[in-house]
Amino acid sequence: MASSEEDGTNGSSEAGDEKEAIGKRRRLGFLATVWLTFYNIAMTAGWLVLAIAMVRFYMEKGTHRGLYKSIQKTLKFFQTLALLEVVHCLIGIVPTSVLVTGVQVSSRIFMVWLVTHSIKPIQNEESVALFLVSWTVTEITRYSFYTFSLLDHLPHFIKWARYNFFIILYPVGVAGELLTIYAALPYVKKSGMFSVRLPNKYNVSFDYYYFLLITMASYIPLFPQLYFHMLRQRRKVLHGEVIVEKDD
Amino acid sequence: MKHYEVEILDAKTREKLCFLDKVEPQATIAEIKTLFTKTQGKSLKDEDVLQKLPVGTTATLFFRDLGAQISWVTVFLTEYAGPLFIYLLFYFRVPFIYGHKYDFTSSRHTVVHLACLCHSFHYVKRLLETLFVHRFSHGTMPLRNIFKNCTYYWGFAAWMAYYINHPLYTPPTYGSQQVKLALTIFVICQLGNFSIHMALRDLRPAGSKTRKIPYPTKNPFTWLFLLVSCPNYTYEVGSWIGFAIMTQCVPVALFSLVGFTQMTIWAKGKHRSYLREFRDYPPLRMPIIPFLL
Repeated sequence: MASSEEDGTNGSSEAGDEKEAIGKRRRLGFLATVWLTFYNIAMTAGWLVLAIAMVRFYMEKGTHRGLYKSIQKTLKFFQTLALLEVVHCLIGIVPTSVLVTGVQVSSRIFMVWLVTHSIKPIQNEESVALFLVSWTVTEITRYSFYTFSLLDHLPHFIKWARYNFFIILYPVGVAGELLTIYAALPYVKKSGMFSVRLPNKYNVSFDYYYFLLITMASYIPLFPQLYFHMLRQRRKVLHGEVIVEKDD
Repeated sequence: MKHYEVEILDAKTREKLCFLDKVEPQATIAEIKTLFTKTQGKSLKDEDVLQKLPVGTTATLFFRDLGAQISWVTVFLTEYAGPLFIYLLFYFRVPFIYGHKYDFTSSRHTVVHLACLCHSFHYVKRLLETLFVHRFSHGTMPLRNIFKNCTYYWGFAAWMAYYINHPLYTPPTYGSQQVKLALTIFVICQLGNFSIHMALRDLRPAGSKTRKIPYPTKNPFTWLFLLVSCPNYTYEVGSWIGFAIMTQCVPVALFSLVGFTQMTIWAKGKHRSYLREFRDYPPLRMPIIPFLL
């Protein structure tokens, strides 16, 4: 799932751990706080730049065609930089699970590099614009939320945005991603790209076409889980409901 | 000396959490806290005696529903029988797996037949050990584990078997030299793994759940206990590395890697609990790889 709506990343006071009380700040070292604040400001800025570039493009050209090509360098830079978030979890300055963050960042990297970048014919599909817009708004909200949390000055609107925008943005983003992968399928099948056939001396094969199909199928169990998790977090944070979580 | 009765309530819900009825007047809050957490912390064992618990004369026991459970034996038998059966489906090239012209044909490579023997032997050994050798500490595990575990074992077995028994299978680059070396590793590690299972069984009398430090016995395969807490896992990884070299098949290597990762986690946990439970635990031992990990 490419939406990075998981809580607790980037040093915010939200813990991915359900049991930690929302709003309780983990005691971070000074250096870690400085670094994370810098990182989150940089990412907010980066995605803001992307947003402005996209708006300007549409105002000048009036179409989504060519949009990806015009913003691809910036997109690749900032989305790939997000790999650092996995490191943040690994070294413990962010209280989210490495696995969850890893999955989310990987799915974004996958979408950018292994689908949109690599399968040129689909770069002008509407679905690409759809997920780009969704990602941009999501990330600006998310990174500014983390930034303000780290600075201990969280404007109510940012908190509200972080826990309400996803209701629309998340399904929209998923739709954009799925439609893009679907559009890419015929080109993948025809070109046999990223695939390994038998016989070979390592006795393994890989068919990227079927891999994409399985990826699309995996959205079915994953998307509802992540979506309902965010809905539960929303109820907890915005309405102070005491939710009884199923004990694992 | 007059004793105090101390009642601890949850601050938010006012629900009674604990009742300590024989608290010394000189007890500090810290001591009361430990009395409370001791009665709430780790699970009690079936063998614990009521009188010996630190609860005074009124004992409050907390019940935690572990959810649907299934016996370890059932899980092991199911998860091991699958690979044994599934591999054979591919070995005999049962219809609808490979092209129809290959149905029920046999590979012309010796190593493919050898691999089938090794794989089948491995899982037969596991099944027999489950039935006759292992002595389990816990009777049951959560029910969802059987689905998780079977997906893992059966899935990987099918994936490996598909390539090894494929009509387009390519035998190892260094031919029979490579196969012989790999087979030797495999056999040694299987014997080693079995020896460790027997040694562990002998540590524990039938029907008991006692835990003791394992030590090397007269059997040279058990001498690995000098260097490692869980030599059974060490030998298991070795067996699969041997099998990977023998078949020169990437899925087998991946299976070995995943298994190694999981067994390392288990070994580290076991090593830590040995260290916690036994003051005199041999300091030279590492969890799974001598001197390294």
